[in-house]
Amino acid sequence: MQDLRVQFDVSGGPITAVDGINFEIDRGEIVGIVGESGSGKTMTALSLLRLIPEPGKITSGRILYGEKDVVEMTDEEIREFRGNEVAMIFQDPMTSLNPVLRVGFQVEEAMAAHSRFTRKQAHDRVVPMLQRVRIPAAKDRVRDYPHQFSGGMRQRAMIAMGVSNEPSLLIADEPTTALDVTVQASIIELLRDLSRELRAAVILITHNMALVASLCNRVIVMYAGRIVEQGPTRAIFKNPQHPYTWSLLRSMPRVDEVEKERLISIKGLPPDLGRMPPGCKFHPRCKFRVDRCLTEEPPLGEVGPGQDARCWVLMKNIENPEAEALK
Amino acid sequence: MTAQPAQPSITPTSDPTLKTPLVRVENLVKHFPVGGGLFGRAVVHAVDGVDLAIAAGETLGLVGESGCGKSTLGRVIVRLQPATSGHVYFEDIDLTKVRGEKLRRTRQRIQMIFQDPYASLNPRMTVGDIVSEPLRNFGVAKGRKAEQKVQEVMRVVGLNPNFVNRYPHEFSGGQRQRIGIARALVLNPTFIVADEPVSALDVSIQAQIVNLMEDLQSRFNLTFLFIAHDLSVVRHISDRVAVMYLGKIVEIGPSDSIRDKPLHPYTKVLESSVPVPDPDLEAARKPILLKGEIPSPVNPPQACRFHTRCPIAQPICSEVEPPLEMKETGRFAACHFAGQL
Repeated sequence: MQDLRVQFDVSGGPITAVDGINFEIDRGEIVGIVGESGSGKTMTALSLLRLIPEPGKITSGRILYGEKDVVEMTDEEIREFRGNEVAMIFQDPMTSLNPVLRVGFQVEEAMAAHSRFTRKQAHDRVVPMLQRVRIPAAKDRVRDYPHQFSGGMRQRAMIAMGVSNEPSLLIADEPTTALDVTVQASIIELLRDLSRELRAAVILITHNMALVASLCNRVIVMYAGRIVEQGPTRAIFKNPQHPYTWSLLRSMPRVDEVEKERLISIKGLPPDLGRMPPGCKFHPRCKFRVDRCLTEEPPLGEVGPGQDARCWVLMKNIENPEAEALK
Repeated sequence: MTAQPAQPSITPTSDPTLKTPLVRVENLVKHFPVGGGLFGRAVVHAVDGVDLAIAAGETLGLVGESGCGKSTLGRVIVRLQPATSGHVYFEDIDLTKVRGEKLRRTRQRIQMIFQDPYASLNPRMTVGDIVSEPLRNFGVAKGRKAEQKVQEVMRVVGLNPNFVNRYPHEFSGGQRQRIGIARALVLNPTFIVADEPVSALDVSIQAQIVNLMEDLQSRFNLTFLFIAHDLSVVRHISDRVAVMYLGKIVEIGPSDSIRDKPLHPYTKVLESSVPVPDPDLEAARKPILLKGEIPSPVNPPQACRFHTRCPIAQPICSEVEPPLEMKETGRFAACHFAGQL
């Protein structure tokens, strides 16, 4: 993804939802895109499939898949690409499954819709697919309707549909957010195993930093339509350099916390995309800003091996940031 | 087999470590009839015999997965819904029995904060009207005095008092939750039930609200029942935690000791399921995956309700229901094999 920009044409001028995103992902890699609502994380993922809802448009940039540019693909090519190369798993499995069709039939349809398998092959693959995502008694349950499945099972069925065409890129948008923790744990395990078995590239979109720590090799942190920090998971968690990443990690209570420290909260709200502040987009909420942040937007610069941050200050230059942030 | 205690066991309502219980819930039951259907009398056992006590000034966290009955329990405690049977004592007043003027006076001191700040605020009312409504309803203050009180609580929860004439849609999710908190505070309550107060909010905003609730608690000496599915948030804010499964409390104890050593297998499973924002710890964490699905509360399993999914279940677990009793000082668990997973 090179210099991608997504804009929405609304009354009052264009709103930039994604502004100049660059990143790469390899087979077998799991990359997490984290951010709060409105940060542009979902738009970034949808643009990979050219599925930006109206009136949004990709206004610049390239999305290279191998040698091909997704932005330039014809309608026929993009259909092929979506069906055979990429799979998307959404947050709410109930709204993504058709309530009046049997689950098995829907999985079969997903396979048959794209030319990789014949109807017969698709039919024969349904039960093994459901078994692969560990739906118990898959043979009996292919004839169930979505409402007969629990939330976790529906998500498994969605994953089965997604991976049935053996995609090389799997995009999971908040795949466990609607699920209970014990169910969430089993879906995480499933995604981990599948990424290994399929050797697919996985993009996990989430607001849950803990989930990222659990699954991802690399993390991209988004804020106000921009990447503010990216790098290997360990570096991001152990040594975050952007004040937003740093604060986000300290604003979450941890289940393993021993001493109850006061949570570091980020004051205020993310900016309205139609009325972006000048300079660094995070500066109105940043406790570490300097004068330059108010007028000049920092570039995404290298701060460590494979780690980039968009900040003039950087956390490593701040002495005792906890005390500073709690002031 | 565990040895039978010689004396009658100690239950959460007779917990000797709890100095001044403000709220005591005894054998509380809430059943909902469902459907007409062929059998007509199907019943959801949403809350099925709950005992617990909440000490004055503490935060008791109530965790459990969807459908375990935690929200219903909260609503029955504040009497938003009538109990099917059992008792809820607030100080010494039985909330399930009290009527008339005494109920009104007691109710002023008990308030609720809801999950969804979008749905729980009337969109046609200004913030000032929303926050002052309890004052009018209870005839506590009106006119200038009410206005002053509203401005005061708005300041307390971190809202600009000049916004009294704005409508809920003009506020962000976090600010709306502050409005909900202001409304709960305006009557100077003693006890607040907060049902998933932060789960609809973005991470950075959650911390603001959690900190606010902690500040308010120490400032006004509030007692909280904090209901949530997120174990990390509950652990952070609570002095003690109660874990609920299928209409029953399976474990209660101080949050730290539950973290260090969960007694009930279900608590242990929950603990192991929550990811931690630390890649090194995550690499080492091994979640205990439960078999099967949560059974229907219409037809919950006999004896121990967790036995159908429990990794250490024995024959006795499907025959004899383990009572919620004290296993160690201040720690209660309803399990024949507590602490063995």
